[in-house]
Parts: sequence; C-alpha cells; structure tokens
Amino acid sequence: MPGAGALIAWVGRHPVAAFGLFFAVFPFLMPYKSLASQVLIFGLFALGFNLLYGYTGLLSFGHAAYYGLGAYGTGIALAKLKIGSLWLGLAAGPLLAVLGGAAIGFFCLRRRGIYFAMLTLAFAQLLYFVAFHLADVTGGDDGLRGIPQLPLNLFGWKWSLEGSLAFYYFTFVLVWLAVAGLKRILDSPFGTVLQAIRENDDRASACGYDINRVKHLSFVFSAFFAGLAGGLDALRLAVVPVESLYWVTSGQVVIMTLLGGSGTFFGPFVGAGTYLVLGDRLAVFTERWPLVLGLIFMAFVLFLPKGIWGTLVAKLPGGQTAGVKP
Amino acid sequence: MDFALAAVLPQIFTGLVLGMLFVLLAIGLSLIFGLMTVVNFSHGALYMLGAYFTVFFLGYTRNFWVALLLAPLMVGAFGLLIERFLIRRLYGRSPDDPLLLTFGLSLVLIETAKIIWGKIGLTLDPPRALGGAVNLGFMAFPAYRIFVIAVTVAVLFGLWAFLTRTNVGLIIRAGSRDPLMVRALGIDLNRIWLLVFGIGCGLAGLAGALAGPMRGAYADMGVTMVIESFVVVVVGGMGSLLGAVVAGIMMGQVVGITTYFAPKLAEIMVFVVMAVVLLVRPSGIFGEAGLAE
Repeated sequence: MPGAGALIAWVGRHPVAAFGLFFAVFPFLMPYKSLASQVLIFGLFALGFNLLYGYTGLLSFGHAAYYGLGAYGTGIALAKLKIGSLWLGLAAGPLLAVLGGAAIGFFCLRRRGIYFAMLTLAFAQLLYFVAFHLADVTGGDDGLRGIPQLPLNLFGWKWSLEGSLAFYYFTFVLVWLAVAGLKRILDSPFGTVLQAIRENDDRASACGYDINRVKHLSFVFSAFFAGLAGGLDALRLAVVPVESLYWVTSGQVVIMTLLGGSGTFFGPFVGAGTYLVLGDRLAVFTERWPLVLGLIFMAFVLFLPKGIWGTLVAKLPGGQTAGVKP
Repeated sequence: MDFALAAVLPQIFTGLVLGMLFVLLAIGLSLIFGLMTVVNFSHGALYMLGAYFTVFFLGYTRNFWVALLLAPLMVGAFGLLIERFLIRRLYGRSPDDPLLLTFGLSLVLIETAKIIWGKIGLTLDPPRALGGAVNLGFMAFPAYRIFVIAVTVAVLFGLWAFLTRTNVGLIIRAGSRDPLMVRALGIDLNRIWLLVFGIGCGLAGLAGALAGPMRGAYADMGVTMVIESFVVVVVGGMGSLLGAVVAGIMMGQVVGITTYFAPKLAEIMVFVVMAVVLLVRPSGIFGEAGLAE
C-alpha cells in the first residue's frame, strides 16, 4: 500500500496540519456530534498522559486526578463562584490541575518505576475521597451540578455554544492549539531530554541534565493538558460527576493511549476515538462494557503493545522513513 | 480520661483486625514484587474472589471451616494459572506491562463476579462457634474478630518458618537478592516464581475469606483494599516482609483511630501518612534505597 505509506509519511511530517484537516470534518463522520467532542476531549486527556508515559517513560496510574481537578476547577468557578466569563472559568480548570500536578508530582517523583505508578494512583484516590466528602464544594456523590452554558465572547463577538456543532468547533480550536503546543514542546531541546530520560535516565543524568526538574516539568505540562480536557468536559456535560476522579477514569486514559500507541503523536487520538466509538456502539449490544474493556486491555498488552497507530506506523513502508515517530 | 479510653479501645481492636487484612494483602504483594518485580494489580480482585469462594463453598459444603480452607487454596490455584499463562509472557519486558495486564485482568474479574453473583453484595455469617463476643476483662469483643487476628498471626509464623527454615524458602530469599546467581547455580527459577505468585494470591484469597463474615462479599470490595495495601507496602518498604507487617498494623490503627475522631477523614489519613513517610524516608520504614526500582 504505497498510497497509505505516503499518507502516513506526510502525516508524520506535518502532524499539526494533518490533525486540523482530519478533525475539521470529523463530526460528520461520527454517529452524533457530542461523541465527536468527547473524542477530542479524551484525545487531549490521553495526549497529556502520553507526554508523561510515552515520551518521558513515567507511567502515571492516577491521571484522573488532573482531569478531575480541571473539571472541578472549571465547574466550581462557573457554578459556585459564579464567574461570568467562559474564558476565566475554563482557565481555572487547567490552573488547578497544574497546581495539583506540581504538588503531587513532587511527592511521586521521589520514587521511580512501579512505585511511581502506584503513588500517582494513591494520590488520585486521595483526591477522590476528598471530593466525595467535601459535598458543599463539589456536590459529593451527586456530582457538581448547575454549570451554566455561557456564550463564547471573542473580541466583542458573541457565539452561543449550546449547539453541539458549535461546541465541537470551539473544542476543536482549543485542542488544535494544544496539539500545536505539544508539538512545540516535543521539538524543543526540553522534548529531546524527555525522550533521553525515557530511554535511560541514568545516562541523561550523567549528561548533566537535572532530570528530576525535567521530569517534574513534564509532569506539570501533562497535568495542564489533562486539566484542560477536564475543564472542557465540564462545559460539555454541564456537570462534574465525582467519578471524574475515580481510578476507573485513570484506567481509561491508560487504555486509550495503549490502544492508539504510546509514544506516538496521534496514538492518543486514535485510541480515544477507537475506545469511545467502540464503547458507544457496544453499549447498544452489551451492558458488560467493562468486561470487554478488560479483555481488550489484556489483549493489547500481550499481543499489540505498540497499539493501533504505532503498529501502522511501524508496518507501512512510508512510516519508517518518516524519521520521527508521527 | 478513662471514659475516652474505653471508647477508643474498641476502635484500636477494630483497627488491629483491619491491620491484619492489610498485612495479609501487603505481604502477598511484597513477596511477589520482591522476587519478580511484578506489581499484581489484580490482588484486590483476588481478595474479592476469596470472599465469594467462601460463600460458594459454604453453600456447597455447609461447613465454614472447610470453606475457609478451600477458598484461599482455590484463589492460590487461580494465581498459578495467572502466572503461568499471562504474567510469564511478559518477563523481560517493561515492568509496567504486568501492572497494565493485571489491571485489565481485575476489570474482567470484577465484571465476571457481577455477572455470576449479581451487583448487590452477599452477606456471610460467622460460624456459630464464633458468633458471640468474648469478654476481655476490660471490654467485650466479637469472637470472630479475635479469630481473624489469631489466624493471621499463625499464618505469619508459618510463612516465616517456610521462608527461613526450608530449602525452598532459602531459594526464594536468594532469588529476590540475585536471580542471575541463583540460576547460575542450576535452579529453575520459573517454578519458584510460579509458586511464589500462587502463595501471594492465596494470601489475598485468605484475606478475602476472613473479611467475608465481617464486611460481606461484593464485587468492588477489593478496589480500595488493593490501593491501600499498596500504600502499606510503600510505607513499610517494598520487598520487606517485616515492613509490610509493621506498616499494615500501623495503617490499621491509623484508620481505626481516625474513624473514632473524624470518620470522614479515615480514608484520607492513610494517604497523608504515606505522604509524610515518603517525605521523611522515601524508601519506606524498612526499605533499602534503590532496591528493585
């Protein structure tokens, strides 16, 4: 398939443009528009996770924490503090996620490897219990309700975001910016050090890099993307369920990234799309979605560790000559 | 003062019982990790299976003691299958992979349990011989809970004797220090790993079987337990069995005493203690820095 190979090679050279082209028409390929927004948002969440796992080599098992902090940050700003601005409300989510990521990252990065994974999970559970019991602020078990659907206000122009297509394109522009930002991070010297740490952190340390600071910064960046995803999802749903912080959410983002291919640029979006569309279609046939999910999880770890996109890139002839992993 | 003490004492004992469950789970996790550097996330699901198997065998044999013996053995046998057919394929790959695999496995097990036994939990009565309370002189305490403490202590002594007094135990301890050297001496470590994985899972099953009559059996019962047990392992020091015992008892007390003063904080305190220990001693109370990282 030379055509497909050339396409993948082109995508590899111009990932940000390719992302824009594909997701501009994406909602018309989906069964309904809200699902398309969900794919973008969870793709962004997985993108943030992938920065830490795929590129820095740190497996966080508690990324629900930053997604949840983002969702609660935006939700509380809009529903409880009655901030009348969509932009300020949306900014509050990633801000809270970044603060949380900086604090939790400080503790978790004291240990490496498997310890790190379980510590991130432990801190996410801690936040879950806090949100569960602080019902005055978070709505507790019932979730945080009453998030207003504010119109978008851009240089004096006002657009309503209540239509699902309008909301999709609002999300699309923000996620596109985030994707471009991630590309910029990965292409910078800092991004190169991240990948050096993934390959061998002792050697990166011996080269004179302060790897703890680099890891911490990567953690905070990752929390930012996850928090932005959480904030957007709070706007999409107009409610923040307490499950946003639950360990299952952390597991979801891990499997999305694994499905698509960790350490590849588009893997998170391919994974989020596959996961959400499959889940949406299968839910029609079976309510045993977690069972199917667990089996897919095991099958991918055992037989297809590179994921869908990662395998495509490795198999197709044009993919390997692309130089960088697209 | 006396009044407060009388109110806190039952909490200390309840915390001790919870600590015993933590110890059984954490020792299994730590044993498997120390030898194989595998984190078994499905440990919580196996704990849950232990409780359900007890209910199942109790219905089948009508004898609690037989059920209590068979359930952990079945969970241990199940663990052997997990190691042989799933974990073994992942040796030599990133240590994250077994964690991811067993995470998927625990989703499958929890959902399967919901299909077989229903979404609503089952209750389980302690055997009639242990149904009452024992007067300890200063307070009365349910006999079954004292039994749980006694069983755990007995199992710990058995495990200690097995690891320090038998040849297989010697190989296990040597294997966790230097697997390459043990292999060079002509010992088949694959069989040892299989055995240790089975023992670890069996201990999780025992914890679940013991917990059943106190907390009931429900599909999600292992989720918080496995995370808290891992916290216990981190606090005690990964791979250190003594650390798992001390930290398990300590965490049981933390939960028990916090439940008395501020019930809402009980689940949170566990993580606060972990954060403090990590700040002061990153390798845990009994951990050696840098071991198997």
